[in-house]
Amino acid sequence: MATELTNKHKKVIIFAEQRGGRIHPISFELLGKGREIADILGAELASVILGDGINQESAMELVYYGADRVFLYNHPVFKMPDVIQYKCNIVRLIEEEKPEIFLFGATHFGRSLGPRVAAALKTGLTADCIDLQIDENGDLVQIRPAFTGNILAHIKTRTRPVMSTVRYKVMQMRERDITRNGTIIEKNVEISSLASPKFLGKEKETGLNIADAKVIVSGGRGLGTPEGFKLIKELADVLEGVVGSSRTPVDDGWIGKEHQVGFSGNTVKPKLYIACGISGSPQHLAGMKDSEMIIALNTDPSASIFKFADYGIVGDLYQILPQMIKEIKTRKMNRT
Amino acid sequence: MSLKIIVLIKQVPDIAKVKFDVEKGRIDRSSAEAEINPFDLNALEAAVQVKEKIGGSVLAISMGPPSAVTALREAISRGADDALLLEDKKFAGADTWATSYTLARAIMKIGKPDLIFCGEKTVDGDTGQVGAEIAEQLDIPHVYYVSKIKDVINDRIIVVTEMEDASYSVDTPFPVLISVTKDVNKPRLATLKEKLKAMKIQIRSWHSEDMLDVLEMDKIGYPGSPTSVNKVVVPKERSREGKVFKSVEEAMPTILEALERQKVI
Repeated sequence: MATELTNKHKKVIIFAEQRGGRIHPISFELLGKGREIADILGAELASVILGDGINQESAMELVYYGADRVFLYNHPVFKMPDVIQYKCNIVRLIEEEKPEIFLFGATHFGRSLGPRVAAALKTGLTADCIDLQIDENGDLVQIRPAFTGNILAHIKTRTRPVMSTVRYKVMQMRERDITRNGTIIEKNVEISSLASPKFLGKEKETGLNIADAKVIVSGGRGLGTPEGFKLIKELADVLEGVVGSSRTPVDDGWIGKEHQVGFSGNTVKPKLYIACGISGSPQHLAGMKDSEMIIALNTDPSASIFKFADYGIVGDLYQILPQMIKEIKTRKMNRT
Repeated sequence: MSLKIIVLIKQVPDIAKVKFDVEKGRIDRSSAEAEINPFDLNALEAAVQVKEKIGGSVLAISMGPPSAVTALREAISRGADDALLLEDKKFAGADTWATSYTLARAIMKIGKPDLIFCGEKTVDGDTGQVGAEIAEQLDIPHVYYVSKIKDVINDRIIVVTEMEDASYSVDTPFPVLISVTKDVNKPRLATLKEKLKAMKIQIRSWHSEDMLDVLEMDKIGYPGSPTSVNKVVVPKERSREGKVFKSVEEAMPTILEALERQKVI
């Protein structure tokens, strides 16, 4: 087990994820939370970014959002999400810097990389946190859903660093402040000799990241036919939102996996979620019940989705949707 | 070719039926039947398909209470050739680190396989961490979020891994750990004949004493776990307005107002 740390200068480090040179917004959210924690602990907040051709300007963005120092690694191996090479360098950084806390975003890459780093360091890792708090002893309390989102567990780690992956869109990023000062430290890259999986190329680019959508209109089994998604799309377009789906239509090949909301798909938290013909299985609810506002349409008045909705309409969605679309259009037109 | 394939199985409560005690913050495990973690069924199916294509054997491994033999027996009825249960009170309360340590050590004792399959996550722990932690401890690569197995050729496997906005094909030599999503396949059902056959199979189990040559006893179970659950809260669902309308005509004025309040129109 890793030994307890007795370093006077505590550090919090967050992993800044980039893809194609673009910093993933989760990184700024982590900096927001990281800053808050670091200030409570009287600690320094640092960030590590690994990429291929990441310039000082990009690295400074991490400073503007809260980092005191940025560790920058540039090498072609970081162009693709190569877990082995990322792990090798992050582990070395943690061994050098001995942070108290290290945070990853709970993206697919973060959730693949985090466990490897934690296992290598023989330290604890708490998955998919939705809140982080410092308790009266100065310990980090990591709060995460479990049992398909049915419970919230409060978890503490007795080894250092305390490591967590943090869910996207739950932490607040700070205002970008270009007057902030910070240091950028260019690091030498170490290459692991363990053979990495080789990326052959992009299979498919969906261009849709449903977790980023402000409005999601989802269809379920109740659509009855794949054509039903045309109507869903029409409402989504009127609301400048995107189309979502429960598991069944995806399984039946009516719509792509990237649209799937739920425990085995995407977790979303839009301003508005409209569930059409979705009964509300625990698996679907786990992916959308934290949406700001939920509207449900279902023929079955006893469907469990209604218990989680702000507004529900009992009836046939093929009658309800066209009228909703018409009335929303009229309302929008009258206003402009 | 005779591939050595391991599939990791966890027995979990049926999440659609399990009850949660809001007041006490407890999970009433007796309220629902235990089953194989649904994601693990896809891992098992993937393992069996590779075996059927290339040749070899599939060993299902689980860590859990004695009752988990039921899950392993089901794994055999669905195509695994053999099963092993790591079962000891001393393993109880393990977090993902201690769980992966124990499983990795058992795998070392058995001998490194060519392929290890696991499911994306479990429906009870929801962490999805154990697979990658095992891979790290075995010093082998891993590929997560695998939605498709494109090809298996002699000493390597080509898979499709899902990132949020794109998917990539990835070529990796053996040994490797592959964590699959539900899209990778449709798990087969066991036939009655296979179920009966599996009933008769004696499932091997290892206790901690059976692994003394590979296991450090202070690294297992709750005492060996770096993390611990301090508190469990069953959240009261946030209160929603919960207005249910009987017709769209009745609903629309309220809904239009709500959409404006939400600034989506």
